[in-house]
Amino acid sequence: MATVQETEIRDPAARASDAVEELRDMQGEKMVLNMGPSHPATHGVLRIVLELDGELITKASPDVGYLHRGDEKIAENMTYTQFIPYTDRLDYLAPLANNVAYVLAVEKLLGIEKNLPPRCQYIRVICAELARISSHLLGVGCFGMDIGALTVFLLTFTEREKIYNLCESLTGARFTTNYTRIGGVSRDTPPGWCDAIRKFLNEVVVNIAEVETLLTRNRIWVDRTRDVGVISKADAIDFGLSGPNLRGSGVDYDLRKAQPYLCYPDLQFDVPLGSVGDCYDRYLVRMEEMRQSVRIIHQCLDKIPGGFDNQTKEPVNVADGKIVLPPKGKVLSSMEELIHQFMLVTEGVNVPPGEIYFGHENPKGELGFYIHSRGGGTPYRMKIRSPSFVNLSILSHLMPGHMMSDTTAILGSFDFVMGECDR
Amino acid sequence: MTALEFANQLKAKFGDLLSEPAEFRGEITIQLADAERIAEVCEFGRKELGFDYLVDISSLDNYGEDPRWTVVYHLRGLANRCELRIKTDVSEEKSELPTVIGVWRTANWHEREIYDMMGIRFRGHPDLRRILMWEGYPYFPLRKDFPLAGKPTQVPEVAFTKTAPLEGGPFVTAPGGKDAIEREPRVRTPEV
Repeated sequence: MATVQETEIRDPAARASDAVEELRDMQGEKMVLNMGPSHPATHGVLRIVLELDGELITKASPDVGYLHRGDEKIAENMTYTQFIPYTDRLDYLAPLANNVAYVLAVEKLLGIEKNLPPRCQYIRVICAELARISSHLLGVGCFGMDIGALTVFLLTFTEREKIYNLCESLTGARFTTNYTRIGGVSRDTPPGWCDAIRKFLNEVVVNIAEVETLLTRNRIWVDRTRDVGVISKADAIDFGLSGPNLRGSGVDYDLRKAQPYLCYPDLQFDVPLGSVGDCYDRYLVRMEEMRQSVRIIHQCLDKIPGGFDNQTKEPVNVADGKIVLPPKGKVLSSMEELIHQFMLVTEGVNVPPGEIYFGHENPKGELGFYIHSRGGGTPYRMKIRSPSFVNLSILSHLMPGHMMSDTTAILGSFDFVMGECDR
Repeated sequence: MTALEFANQLKAKFGDLLSEPAEFRGEITIQLADAERIAEVCEFGRKELGFDYLVDISSLDNYGEDPRWTVVYHLRGLANRCELRIKTDVSEEKSELPTVIGVWRTANWHEREIYDMMGIRFRGHPDLRRILMWEGYPYFPLRKDFPLAGKPTQVPEVAFTKTAPLEGGPFVTAPGGKDAIEREPRVRTPEV
């Protein structure tokens, strides 16, 4: 029989009063303001306790964990393949990139990342870059909305919708894609998909240019973002920032160039860098990264082995029955495939003992997986190094000294996502 | 210089404190014998060898073995483009080692997370509070003896948890079982 339990939980605003008590003896006229966990500018459930002196922030303590689901614990209790859908829910604004990052980590542990069929690598790069465009469109749109430029949000969201349509025709799902598999991808590109991407790319550059005309030289935008939230090069490195936030401070480090994986060495692209490290630079870096992603995808479409609709039947999975599920038709007619299918489904991919770390250049920064395996089908320990978590840790250092109204600009320019931060 | 050469330099400086560098899948791992010296080793790695970027700190629960904890530091040099992993063991009785915040400030949240999830304390950490779980939560959920379903807890006026339905669900696989019944238990009673 179900029992009903009543628990009184005071809302965060009420608990902030405790924080007031703690801070009372520090200064006379300070005010403690609780921001979040549910606040439009916190993009999810980030809570920041701000201590204000008038309009000036004197102390900021971010409080994360409201979306903690224990993904690392869950990962220890299931096979490597079963965890792929959970990666969709990390950075839920770029699920395809998470899928790619995770399987690349497992493949590194298996030692097969160099043997991936070229077509699979190109498809994965297209996926990762589509996710980057999608994530940055949302990031820039929300950034604009946070500080009052609502039109941008409407523009970028319309464009992002088209990426979801592309995701849907590729993976069957718009949001929780669950597309990659260890040693390959779950299916080849559908007919006409590559043409649809070309069409989309041609449209999105127009859209990006439009956003650019709305923001980049907009007086209000520049005033709100320039010289706000300045992160020096040394601080950016010391606090372990990654992705556009690191490069916005002028640190030339992009994992796609520094530790090339997949077919990135064959592709031409530039890594945009900021010069000052303020919110404006982080915005500019994201805008340019989208253009570079468009450039990368165009090259992928030109070079993809097998052409658009894979007329030459290039494989998309590694040819190893102990890693990739055999074709369903063969399972029912051939003994060996039946055994492989059975073993893979019941025991999972047999991974050797060892430990690896793989970092992937995700839209938000470096998404890394540290996998410690003691052999068998489940990881012994899997640590997810999430970019948003690390990026947010600089807030308590960065925010003091800014005006209250700059918090939304700073948070918007960080482009974090709490699903990934809290795991 | 390669990561292996950096690891050898580190070894030359600290001698027997560090194990021989081991290579797996192109990554260099080096084991530090005395966890008390971790900050010193990291300091040398940062100042002299150019490992200016701390990628991650993670922790391992070697449940049933002694020492129980392993703390894993993942270092990177942005300029020299090398990565190095330093591991060190901490015994269960002690469950404590020095913080490396003085070397990289990014260690702050990583160490708080390890304290939160595993219960390993970092001496000298200025603000060692829980980070993902709430203040006052009594357990350390990533420990191997913590059941997947969780344990019921209640912190009055703050929060409560009940055991989750995940344990025993259709997508739970227990590591190491010899047959399917052991590997995929339909019902696993949480240890209370």
